[in-house]
Amino acid sequence: MSASKKEILNKKAFEVSISRLSKELIENHDLFNNSVIVGVQPRGVFLANRLQKELQKLLKKDIIAGAIDTTFYRDDFRRKESPLLPSVTNLDFTIEDKRVILVDDVLFTGRTTRAAMDALLAYGRPLSIDLLVLIDRRFSRSLPIQADHVGLYVDTLSTEKVEVIWDESENFEHVVLIKNEEK
Amino acid sequence: MNINNMQTKELSVDHLLGIEHITKDDIQLIFEVADSFKRIINRPIKKVPSLRDITIANLFFENSTRTKLSFELAEKRLSADVVNFSASNSSVKKGETLIDTVNNILSMKVDMVVMRHPSPGAHEFLSRHIDAKIINAGDGTHEHPTQALLDAYSMREKLGDLRGKNIVIVGDVLHSRVALSNIFCLQKLGANVKVCGPLTLIPKYLHELGVETIKNIEEALNWCDVANVLRIQLERQDIKFFPSIREYSQQFGINKERLEKLGEEIVIMHPGPINRGVEITSDVADSKQAIILDQVENGVAVRMAIIYLLASKIHK
Repeated sequence: MSASKKEILNKKAFEVSISRLSKELIENHDLFNNSVIVGVQPRGVFLANRLQKELQKLLKKDIIAGAIDTTFYRDDFRRKESPLLPSVTNLDFTIEDKRVILVDDVLFTGRTTRAAMDALLAYGRPLSIDLLVLIDRRFSRSLPIQADHVGLYVDTLSTEKVEVIWDESENFEHVVLIKNEEK
Repeated sequence: MNINNMQTKELSVDHLLGIEHITKDDIQLIFEVADSFKRIINRPIKKVPSLRDITIANLFFENSTRTKLSFELAEKRLSADVVNFSASNSSVKKGETLIDTVNNILSMKVDMVVMRHPSPGAHEFLSRHIDAKIINAGDGTHEHPTQALLDAYSMREKLGDLRGKNIVIVGDVLHSRVALSNIFCLQKLGANVKVCGPLTLIPKYLHELGVETIKNIEEALNWCDVANVLRIQLERQDIKFFPSIREYSQQFGINKERLEKLGEEIVIMHPGPINRGVEITSDVADSKQAIILDQVENGVAVRMAIIYLLASKIHK
């Protein structure tokens, strides 16, 4: 079995997406008067940080951003070979009555998003939760979950993998589609 | 951090029988996971749903208040179902063997057993005969691994890396299961361990573990960064090991005067329950250099980590 990689989003297109998503958020979130960004660990956090920077540049004010870890809320505990180890949850603000924008890199089955919502609700009762993803793998959902803001829609097979690659200093590199070819 | 790999380390053992059987990596892994749980038990909603389909039996063949409470809280905060059993009101009194008792409980579909038993090695024996994961909550005067892990975790929280740190265990080492587990755990983490106490209460072959005995308490306190003070276990002492309690506290008791004579502030620990005025005076036990209550808080987080990591090895 060999794997082939195909780039589906490059740096330039990513910058365009970030700029569009930020403006979309500002339009829908009333200039961020009552909204916060929460990235899903591990890679949603990098995207959330990138969006925070862009929004601060556009709005010229501080935007609140945090990180949520879903490990203890996942439904695949004990169904994997090795245990799932936790990352850090970093919410040093209250989400009570806030409009939360949940940010993740790839939306696939929707299970991580479900776990992230559960984890989030352990910290309070937000006014609403929006979902923003960089890549939406259409038609592959296992749960009734849809994103409100999407960078790029892609059609993939369940045997394929979509990976968002970030470098050591958390800068976006590219998104690749990995196909396993049997020969 | 390698962000493109989910962390997937696991424990090298299937049961926590004693610190003797686990590695330094296991200890570090438990600490890492405990950090996460400590954050969780300090937030408004202290519960996570990870273990909602796991049942845990707490079998206490010997009395315990805080260890049992700590385990039960840890289990409940992981959403496990918990059943409790204590020997005082059970059929053990009617002559049932350990294996029969445990097998009976396991036929009710229990996945994990937390057990305290008066016989050293009871857990080891059980692990060879049953399927469930076993956590040792104390076996006689042998080991008490979760206490050692929470002690080391609390020291690490206070002092950082324990490599090269000096730790003295003071008091009734002979009757203590905490002492042996502490020695194994701290040595694996690279700390230097010595003991101090009346020679009648120091086991004979302790030097074979590379543990020196200091006879004088002032000398011991001068040497150490942390003093872990053990309780004088009068209930286990069927003969007199020292002339009187008053003499013991004069010779080996930790009090303010002794601590004030030291050049720097050391950390004072105690696994509880404290005999105030015997091994430690009230002003020391209640001072801020004593981290006794931190130990109790950390106990829940560390036990959650151990249960979580062992439970992840149950495949249904």
